[in-house]
Amino acid sequence: MRAEQISIFLENKSGRLAEVTEILSRAGVNIRALSLADTSDFGVLRIIVDDNDTAKSSLKERGFTVGKTNVVAVEVPDRPGGLFSILDLLSKGRVNVEYMYAFVRQSGENAVMIFRFDNTDEAIKLLQENGFTVIEGKKLYTL
Amino acid sequence: MIYDLEYETMPREGLEAIQLRRLQATAERVYATVPFYRKKFQEAGVVPGDIRSLSDIQKLPFTTKQDLRENYPYGMFAVPMDNVVRIHASSGTTGQPTVVGYTARDVNTWATLMARALAAGGATRGDIIHNAYGYGLFTGGLGVHYGAEKMGASVIPVSGGNTKRQIIIMRDFGPTILTATPSYTLHLAEVAEEMGISFQKLSLKFGIFGAEPWSEEMRNEIERKLNLTAVDIYGLSEVLGPGVSIECHEAKKGLHIAEDHFIAEIIDPNTGEALPYGSVGELVFTSVTKEAFPVVRYRTRDITSINPEPCICGRTLVRMNKVSGRTDDMLIIRGVNVFPSQIESVLMETEGVEPHYQLVVDRQENLDMLTVMVEVGEQAFSDTIKPLQDLESKIARNIKETIGVTARVKLVEPKTIARSQGKAVRVIDNRKI
Repeated sequence: MRAEQISIFLENKSGRLAEVTEILSRAGVNIRALSLADTSDFGVLRIIVDDNDTAKSSLKERGFTVGKTNVVAVEVPDRPGGLFSILDLLSKGRVNVEYMYAFVRQSGENAVMIFRFDNTDEAIKLLQENGFTVIEGKKLYTL
Repeated sequence: MIYDLEYETMPREGLEAIQLRRLQATAERVYATVPFYRKKFQEAGVVPGDIRSLSDIQKLPFTTKQDLRENYPYGMFAVPMDNVVRIHASSGTTGQPTVVGYTARDVNTWATLMARALAAGGATRGDIIHNAYGYGLFTGGLGVHYGAEKMGASVIPVSGGNTKRQIIIMRDFGPTILTATPSYTLHLAEVAEEMGISFQKLSLKFGIFGAEPWSEEMRNEIERKLNLTAVDIYGLSEVLGPGVSIECHEAKKGLHIAEDHFIAEIIDPNTGEALPYGSVGELVFTSVTKEAFPVVRYRTRDITSINPEPCICGRTLVRMNKVSGRTDDMLIIRGVNVFPSQIESVLMETEGVEPHYQLVVDRQENLDMLTVMVEVGEQAFSDTIKPLQDLESKIARNIKETIGVTARVKLVEPKTIARSQGKAVRVIDNRKI
């Protein structure tokens, strides 16, 4: 039930983000979700794409440091307290969220959030046991 | 004031006679007491008796930093440890320091040469000397200290660091002479300004600055900001420590070499051939009075030239020009000698780090800033920020612990460090020296 995320090391220099998107565009890779964490010197770009292998190889070819991480895509009830219900459950289950970001979808009743947990398996188990919908990687990339 | 009128103003003929006599004695002594020198002499097919004139020094083999390292720690000492009263050390290229020793007479010689240097820089026995050179294994602090006491001046052994307290001491104790590295001096000026203390109101008259290269522009800035006359002092622990050569405050144009104790040569660093006065090349020293740690034709790797013209101060000792560079890749960061290879070995010992790095040196707010750029490979990469920041601080901590210099570590993308003809450009020095 995991989804794959690609992460890219970026220096804080103008044009770096543009270059990444250009490479992916030329490779015909579609970015489905994105988040950027940064310090004053560098940043880590995290993306969910529709073709991990192509994305990774085309970026590596151009000299980027690329990593792969397992993340979890969860449907979040689109109502007040929706996100809280998930975080509360995980907190009680002693699973930490390393980071999270929103996934853009064109339609659907629920929002989708991408989570990076310190204990992915435990998180998936907890979520499923408590009736939350975890979206499988394959389905997510084409959502 | 000239502290040692007899030796510092001696006619060249007399000086050269003394140099020759002392050189002959040194050659005899190192041949008899230091196996390293005996072997080197034998390999060069020379015996001490071959030294019949000063130019015969060219028959003697060179000594390099590598030779000193290979004889770590005491292999180059020419006296039994019983006779050694002091040990100093300087940083080496692979974390292995160079150890030097002094007999009681060496310590006395050094104090005399430092008294000469302080006097050339404007100090008299009535002065109060604020000595901000570091005390410890580094020769700067204790070198100045003994010279100051020798001449009868008052010395404040404040050492380096704790800048605000130093400013208060300068204001309250009324020192008239400042001894420090030039970059720390400018830092003092800035901190004083922040504290609202004006150097115009302090009693400083002269400053004797060294242990790192500095420019004429920096001298002007120091003189203006600290309201004093600034002179350059040179030395290295392998030869003595500070006091090997000193600028006189009258001319401020080149550093008089203590030639009655050290014979200076300029050589072509590639061929080893001795070059005439005025030519630019590598500075080589032979100590002719040292007992515990004599050096024969020691290659300093400093690039400069020697000026034999008479000086307005009255000293007959030749002057070396300011050191303009190095024949190796050594950097001096806030007075600490740093070789890129030392940084490299720290990086190699750090897990996950690629052997691609670059050192960038800047002078920010008058302090040397070393930035170590390290390429991030897949092994070190993480999708979260914290491990990357931890890696930066881990490298910085290891550099501080092993080399003793504060560095800022900056992670960069792979292949961003220029590789020219297969050999990376390891150092970018943006300091204007």
